[in-house]
Amino acid sequence: MDIQAWTFLIVGITFALYIGVAIWSRVGSTRDFYVAGGGVSPLANGMATAADWMSAASFISMAGLISFMGYDGAQYLMGWTGGYVLLALLLAPYLRKFGKFTVPDFIGERYYSQTARLVAVVCALFVSFTYVVGQMKGVGIAFSRFLEVDLATGVIIGVGIVFIYAVLGGMKGITYTQVVQYCVLIFAFLVPAIFISILLVDNPVPQVGFGGKTAENIYLLDKLNQLHGELGFAEYTSGVKPKIDVFFITAALMLGTAGLPHVIVRFFTVPKVKDARISAGYALFFIAILYTTAPAVAAFARTNLLETVNNREISDLPPWFDNWQTTGLLRFEDKNGDGRVQYYNDLNQEFSETAENNGWSGNELSVDNDIMVLANPEIAGLPSWVIALVVAGGLAAALSTAAGLLLVISTSISHDLLKNNLMPNISEKGELRAARIAIAFAVIIAGWAGINPPGFVAQVVALAFGLAASSFFPAIVMGIFYKGMNKQGAIAGMITGILFTSVYIWYFKPALGGPGHPEDYWFGISPEGIGTLGMIINFAVALTVRAFTSAPPHEVRELTESIRYPSMDKKEESYSEFH
Amino acid sequence: MADERLSRKGYWRTNLKYLAILLSVWFFTSYGLGILLVEPLNQVKIGGFPLGFWFAQQGSIYVFVILIFIYVWLMNRLDKKYQQEE
Repeated sequence: MDIQAWTFLIVGITFALYIGVAIWSRVGSTRDFYVAGGGVSPLANGMATAADWMSAASFISMAGLISFMGYDGAQYLMGWTGGYVLLALLLAPYLRKFGKFTVPDFIGERYYSQTARLVAVVCALFVSFTYVVGQMKGVGIAFSRFLEVDLATGVIIGVGIVFIYAVLGGMKGITYTQVVQYCVLIFAFLVPAIFISILLVDNPVPQVGFGGKTAENIYLLDKLNQLHGELGFAEYTSGVKPKIDVFFITAALMLGTAGLPHVIVRFFTVPKVKDARISAGYALFFIAILYTTAPAVAAFARTNLLETVNNREISDLPPWFDNWQTTGLLRFEDKNGDGRVQYYNDLNQEFSETAENNGWSGNELSVDNDIMVLANPEIAGLPSWVIALVVAGGLAAALSTAAGLLLVISTSISHDLLKNNLMPNISEKGELRAARIAIAFAVIIAGWAGINPPGFVAQVVALAFGLAASSFFPAIVMGIFYKGMNKQGAIAGMITGILFTSVYIWYFKPALGGPGHPEDYWFGISPEGIGTLGMIINFAVALTVRAFTSAPPHEVRELTESIRYPSMDKKEESYSEFH
Repeated sequence: MADERLSRKGYWRTNLKYLAILLSVWFFTSYGLGILLVEPLNQVKIGGFPLGFWFAQQGSIYVFVILIFIYVWLMNRLDKKYQQEE
């Protein structure tokens, strides 16, 4: 069977599985629809959280990014895992004890204010929507590249699948499909990684293997550093980014992870506080399997690429080179006309003399980040079914994240806006219907945006973290750990935090039309890392405003007290009067 | 009631102490060993890995996972001691 037949077969089987799960997990109440009835086992929730969290970017792009960044790629590895420690220790157990459906629920009740709730709803919608469009585009690309349908058809098929299981099953359907999707994506990520690790360093464990020796009996990383040196690149195992920027970006990603509504809401689905804690542990464990393999894949792929293509004659290039050139992800132009491929760092001034002496006139090869994971099986000469598996894995990663985000969007509308704001008397049935209509609309709009992506989407996805870090994280943490925090402080903090962060991002992102230049960065912090400063500002503003305003009412202090102790009764009647 | 309040205070204090210790380790491994001290650590090699690079791309992630499971174990013990189990 050829690659395409395998791809149809494997993708077809996985899709049939997702729909089967959806039909099995239909729901009949809002509690089922929003939080899967609160009855998900911690282990299943851990897996679902891992799939929810790991998007097309984690699966397809991250290893490639690290492969080009070397040490500096650590900011993504640590940033996207370390946040779970914050989530497990500072947020998840308490929010589970609070026991409602959404993040705006918590903000609205803890800060006894509809304004606070609205600010939270707007932040949640903004963060989730920017994120979901990127996923839809990923779905479209995976389809169009491997199944040879056009991007629009690809997005429509993907949207159709999510539509079926999200509308039917809500959180319950999404949770159990995510469990299946996790299994698909982790299997698809590990199989090629293990194969390549065996080929390159003769070790079946990639995490250990990339510290091992190659067939020439030198350490893989030493060889990579040496190759980098010969081509004018910085040492693979050392960084080039300013330390303060790496620090701030890592922190923004961690704090953002802990503040992302679609991740937080997963911890509302387990039965007890205890389950929320262990569930965060399982989630990070499942995520860590991919996140510790990715840097190994990055180092293997980089070595393979440099060894296979560099200074090779055009007629001598492997067949995958041609295949990927037609997709436009790999571009080659023989600038000095010597009939060979030269791939080196032509931006390095100190290296230009060496390059000239070699007769090189500029870098001739440009490689897209995404290719590293997608083409890896071909580069390593693995069988066709492995390539098909990688496609199914990429789709699983994109669909599972998209579904989780779409649920947050629909819940924000039907629960936070309608039920708790505009139409408090809406019936249970009416609210469930509204939730289904909202998710249907959200799916369609996301699909449309996936087909016609606004130019700035790719830029904005990474920034969703900064926005979440500068708005939700401080408000929730103070809501739990500082009983005296009042609504004025929290609202002022959230608004200044998110405004500061968005304006800074806009100002320094040329893609968003901002006029700023990198040399004017504050303290050398790039827009990706500014969410950390936004968070500090949020805390500072909130505490200052608190100092000049009155303490929160007694009932709210009681509520805060009650979420700290797993067995303490909630004073349901005492705080529901704020609705 | 007064007793209950007093006992709860003990529970919360211990919880905060655990958080302080675990988060210090969290901060030290990722920001300390993985970012700020990376150059000196890279002078040391474990197999083919420069140590700082290893902490940044592998070690810190293992430590994160272990930290959460330690926290779970500590809190389950604490819940039992203060009869806070649901």
